Amino acid sequence: MKAKAITLNVNGRRHQVTLFPNVTLLEALRDLSYTDVKNGCEKGDCGACAVELNGKVINSCLVLAWQADGAQILTNAGLGTMESPHPLQEAFADAGAVQCGYCSSGMIMAAKALLDENPNPSETEIREAISGNLCRCTGYTQIVNAVQMAAEKMMQQRAQE
Amino acid sequence: MTVKGKTLPQVDLPPLRQVGRPLRRVDALGKAVGATIYAGDFTMPNMLHGKVFRSSEPSACIKQLDVNKARALPGVACVLTADDLPDGKLITDMPGQTGQERRKGSDAPVLAARRVRFVGEPIALVAAETLAIAQQALELIKIEYEPLPGVFDPLEAMKPGAPVIHVPDNIVSSWKIRKGNTEAGLAAADLIVQNTFRVPFLDHAYIEPEAGVAWVDDQDVINIRVCTQVVEHFRSIAQAVGVPHNKVHVRGTMIGGGFGGKEDITVEIFLALLTKETRRPVRLAYTREESILAHSKRHPFIITHRTGVKKNGRITGAEIKMISDSGAYPYLSPYVLLYATVTSCGPYRIENLKVDSVSVATNNPFTSAFRGFGGAQAAVAYEQQMDEMAKALAMDPLEFRKINYLKTGDSNAIGQEIKSAVWLEEEAMQALAALGEKETISDDAIKVGQGFATTMQSYGRIMWFHDTSRSWVGIEQDGTVVVRCGAPDLGAGQANSLCQIAAEVLGVSLTDVTFYNSDSAVTPLAGTTTATRQLYMSGNATLKAARMVREVLLDHAAEHFKKEPSNLDLADNKVFIKSDPEQWLSLADLSKMCAADGLKLQHLALFRAPFTDKLNPENLQGDVFPDFTFSAHAIEVAVDTKTGEITVLKSVGCHDVGRAINPIAVEGQIQGGSAQGIGYALMEEVQVKDGVTRTPSLSEYLIPTAKDLPTTKAIILESGTGVGPFGAKGIGEPALTPAAPAVANAVANAIGVRIHDLPLTPQRVLAAVDRAKKG
Repeated sequence: MKAKAITLNVNGRRHQVTLFPNVTLLEALRDLSYTDVKNGCEKGDCGACAVELNGKVINSCLVLAWQADGAQILTNAGLGTMESPHPLQEAFADAGAVQCGYCSSGMIMAAKALLDENPNPSETEIREAISGNLCRCTGYTQIVNAVQMAAEKMMQQRAQE
Repeated sequence: MTVKGKTLPQVDLPPLRQVGRPLRRVDALGKAVGATIYAGDFTMPNMLHGKVFRSSEPSACIKQLDVNKARALPGVACVLTADDLPDGKLITDMPGQTGQERRKGSDAPVLAARRVRFVGEPIALVAAETLAIAQQALELIKIEYEPLPGVFDPLEAMKPGAPVIHVPDNIVSSWKIRKGNTEAGLAAADLIVQNTFRVPFLDHAYIEPEAGVAWVDDQDVINIRVCTQVVEHFRSIAQAVGVPHNKVHVRGTMIGGGFGGKEDITVEIFLALLTKETRRPVRLAYTREESILAHSKRHPFIITHRTGVKKNGRITGAEIKMISDSGAYPYLSPYVLLYATVTSCGPYRIENLKVDSVSVATNNPFTSAFRGFGGAQAAVAYEQQMDEMAKALAMDPLEFRKINYLKTGDSNAIGQEIKSAVWLEEEAMQALAALGEKETISDDAIKVGQGFATTMQSYGRIMWFHDTSRSWVGIEQDGTVVVRCGAPDLGAGQANSLCQIAAEVLGVSLTDVTFYNSDSAVTPLAGTTTATRQLYMSGNATLKAARMVREVLLDHAAEHFKKEPSNLDLADNKVFIKSDPEQWLSLADLSKMCAADGLKLQHLALFRAPFTDKLNPENLQGDVFPDFTFSAHAIEVAVDTKTGEITVLKSVGCHDVGRAINPIAVEGQIQGGSAQGIGYALMEEVQVKDGVTRTPSLSEYLIPTAKDLPTTKAIILESGTGVGPFGAKGIGEPALTPAAPAVANAVANAIGVRIHDLPLTPQRVLAAVDRAKKG
């Protein structure tokens, strides 16, 4: 195995890293301190490590870092901050969609991917979109509520623009 | 089943300003934006990576263990085995409880020495420069086992001649209830109904696997940053590692879910040993597979009910037998069994009751705490039994239950008087009313059914544990508030509740309160986040501490306004005269004035639960729990009789929570508890064959996804009669308990036949449908 220098563009920051071919994008991102990307299973079962890769949501444990060479990567922490949260992040906080919070980052990325494609989804569409993201705390009801709240807010924002 | 409209008893709760509002939890936004740092997120300079070498055998002697090659591997800092341990005992009893005698024989080895008793039992520890080297070192450890006969079924394990897991025999614990005259009670019955129910091993399946990082500091203190429900484990860790209690400092992080699985010690002692040995920081994080192998499981139970009943619906007597599989080490099995025994007959008045419960050692994975703690298993049985009896009597299940429900002032199975409100009937009616009419589905193969369950679940610890909590509340000179309390936050909003209580008492907004929690050295010890106890225990301690601060503020303001303190109030960051709110002073100014006068604006309060002595295990009679939460859950399912597939169409949970501190958080508990209960009923099972876990990942151990569940409607009732702050009752565990039996009852209602074993897999449904056809 030989290491290779690659470029990872994460949340608008550019990182040059030298990695072996068997390093997953999840490991690479966490090593770069993007700790909002969570490790829950390393098998694609739980969705806690979901990030956006060139605009598409993926489980970063199922992608090798080399495959993301030069790509644009967006993690939940890149969506917003405590001072200026993304509408989804704010809705998750307000609707009770966050309990332990461990699934939240991946869940929010899955919800964002849905709203990018479908700004006004039905409950069934929301449940389908987040069905690859496991949550053990909420039973999903308040997560569905949060996605609906955020969708409404984002539509209003767009209407005002 | 009929639902008649019934008005709830009128309760006048005092108006509150912060408590009772659906405010954004203090921890929510940080988690939503990914700013919260979890136990696995910490790294340190010069840090090593730990790994655990585990048994592949369920029952064997270790003939030879050779770690020399692993030790010699470049990059390996240390390899530890049982030979390197000072004492090497892991105390598994009464986690976190202060100054109590522990059960004899309740300890497990930290690392197995000569004998292994389950697959996954820890044998050796490795610390290395990288995770890859640590992994490689594991592969270089040579071990030779001599397999010993194992036993994997509690019924087999009780037979004479069965392999003995721990001397003298496999009975880990037993409890009995002898109340009234059961023989006479059963003889007086018009009808006797007997059923045996079985529930499987479950995994907690929190999304955050166990993780931590540890280091030795310049005071020679072993610091451990870890996700744990119990920071008080620092004492057991110190004992196991061989250092004084004050040389271990547990710094609990926000927990990525626990549900009881992070109640027992997980990575802590391993981290302490590795960092003590290497004098370097060490990180240890379990993979999902290791998590499933390494932590406890929910106890499987076999529960038999034999119940006598009159034609008029009155229960005359009951005989209940419970057998639980405690696995290879006892851990909390005796207490889980106690909870199951105390609630074995549910929230019903049964004057003649005989209960015999045993927990039995096997070479299966060890079992311990899991949300519901025996009470959940008991409910699966008693609520199905109630439906079966109603069916045998041709009575409506709710009408039948109403004849037998406990009422306030009645005594439960162990003769403990129920002092708080018992709103079971109201809850069942509300839940069923919210469920509404059955959906009609045109496909004849699909049968729709409705069911419900009403349950009791304690909150607060067993009273003979002599439980206490401490909380510190202070007001700063700008009028902002700090709460310091050792209570770990599982994600259920433990810390937020304390903040909301402090905000209420001190007249500030929730956003004006900052909390520090879950630290064994820096925050006052508050006991475990288990047993649905934190709101009750630490909520009361926080209320007490905040009231002490409030008293100082009001006394000083009284001098300023020349009024009696009782004429003043705190709200909106001000102190004001109640009869003339225009006369006010900001809390910031008042705090500064108090500080200038040298007054104490910070208070540490202790809350003590009622203490009792241990009850007689030969006949449990007396007080065991501070109080109970009474709950109802109603479910509608569609059962496809061709495929055996069950779809949950509707789900409603109705709970008297005494007083909801934060209604959104309470709803979240009810909905999340319901989801776990539905998973319990329909899909979850850790499959163990000859001691080997066959479902070691989340693609084999299935938990409900968003597509498997409907919206759960949460109905919150508030009797104000709980023993928690402002009359609150606990909701964490009670939220789960009624859901699984409600699903089972709905399925039986749909297909007309009872499936006695959980989970209700398609195979079991098809077999039951076949049975029904054959009549």
